[in-house]
Amino acid sequence: MADSVFIAFQTNEDSRPIIEAIEADNPHAVINAFPAMVKIDAIGRLVIKRESIEARIGRDFDLRELQLNLISLSGNIDETDDEFILEWKA
Amino acid sequence: MQIDIKTSAVQQIRQTFSHVARRLGGDKPASRYQEATLELQPEDNFHYRPLWEPEFALYDKGRTAIRMNDWYAFKDPRQYYYGTYTITRSRQQDTMEKNIEFVSKRRLLSDLPDDAKGRIAALMVPLRHVEWAANTNNCFVTGYGWGTAITQATMFHSMDRLGIAQYLSRIGLLLDGNQGTSLLDGKDRWLNNPIWQGLRRLVEDTMVVKDWFETYVAQNVVLDGLLYPLVYRHIDQRLSQQYGPALGMLNEFASTWFDESNRWVDATLKTAASESTENAALLGRWIAKWFPQVLDALRPLAIEALGAEEAESVLREIAGVFEARVLKQGVSIASASEANHG
Repeated sequence: MADSVFIAFQTNEDSRPIIEAIEADNPHAVINAFPAMVKIDAIGRLVIKRESIEARIGRDFDLRELQLNLISLSGNIDETDDEFILEWKA
Repeated sequence: MQIDIKTSAVQQIRQTFSHVARRLGGDKPASRYQEATLELQPEDNFHYRPLWEPEFALYDKGRTAIRMNDWYAFKDPRQYYYGTYTITRSRQQDTMEKNIEFVSKRRLLSDLPDDAKGRIAALMVPLRHVEWAANTNNCFVTGYGWGTAITQATMFHSMDRLGIAQYLSRIGLLLDGNQGTSLLDGKDRWLNNPIWQGLRRLVEDTMVVKDWFETYVAQNVVLDGLLYPLVYRHIDQRLSQQYGPALGMLNEFASTWFDESNRWVDATLKTAASESTENAALLGRWIAKWFPQVLDALRPLAIEALGAEEAESVLREIAGVFEARVLKQGVSIASASEANHG
């Protein structure tokens, strides 16, 4: 699917709140749990918000911490201090 | 021969403990904080009531006038359980050790003139007795409080205070060249110097409060909410202007700790106040009772450190910020103090 983006994390304690945050912020996203990996597919656009993750982990979060448990992703990345957005730009 | 590598998924039968699952409303993955907090308070199978207070069970919700439908409604926004708490504090401890090493290696405090050293010691070292009382008060809350959600956090808070007391002692030792004379002198000031007597009286009063939630409010909300901004913002800043930034480096933990722990103190206050109007009114009365006393107790210290004129404006500013902060958690001091007078 050309307009589909995804991001995949290792399954562990650190990535669980991140995945929960993505799930809450992106109702259209589909969460697929594989052995040792969680892959999140979304049509169009996928937004990861710093605020939502911070609310779940109870501490400050730097969006670059995503990379620690990141397996792979697809889409053009638009990254700011507050949001990490995946989408294909024409 | 061809080898196919296949993955086969093993589904775990349960995501979490059943007592946690009941609270989450289903078998969902729970965070470590939830698993280390929910439903851990011992509730059943106590054979004997305590001999010293037979009207209560060993752990009894009736030991405070605050009423909660669910005592696990209190959440620590920092999500501290043993693991995260110790890891966080150990990192901060490393930073503090580096700061202390820096200050002692460069002789930033020990090379100050004697009157400067004496002044810093006179203003900072007696505060270790305040911290010890805060340690004891939070221990009391931990011992008699109900529900792991609150007692776990107060135990951590209790240990934090011991740590801050130790840092204050280290400041004294850096000033007196590890002789310990500044600690003895600090204790003498705490016991005999008129500047400190109001505060000592107040601190001792907080230690004989029977209702543990009132202890919590008097210590963690009111006393700390006014003393920390005064000492670690205003007095720290004044001493730094006069004697260089060394003291600021040594107070670093206490000031960041205050901001951090406030998130939890505020959340606790808000949870209790939003439970019922009775709770909110009671919290308002407690705060209204301690608030003027603490301000009076801090005034001589503020005047000694900042001068009479600035002391008044600083105390007014601190009091204003404090009132706004409490009001934001749904507790109104003004209406409570009117009720007290009326």
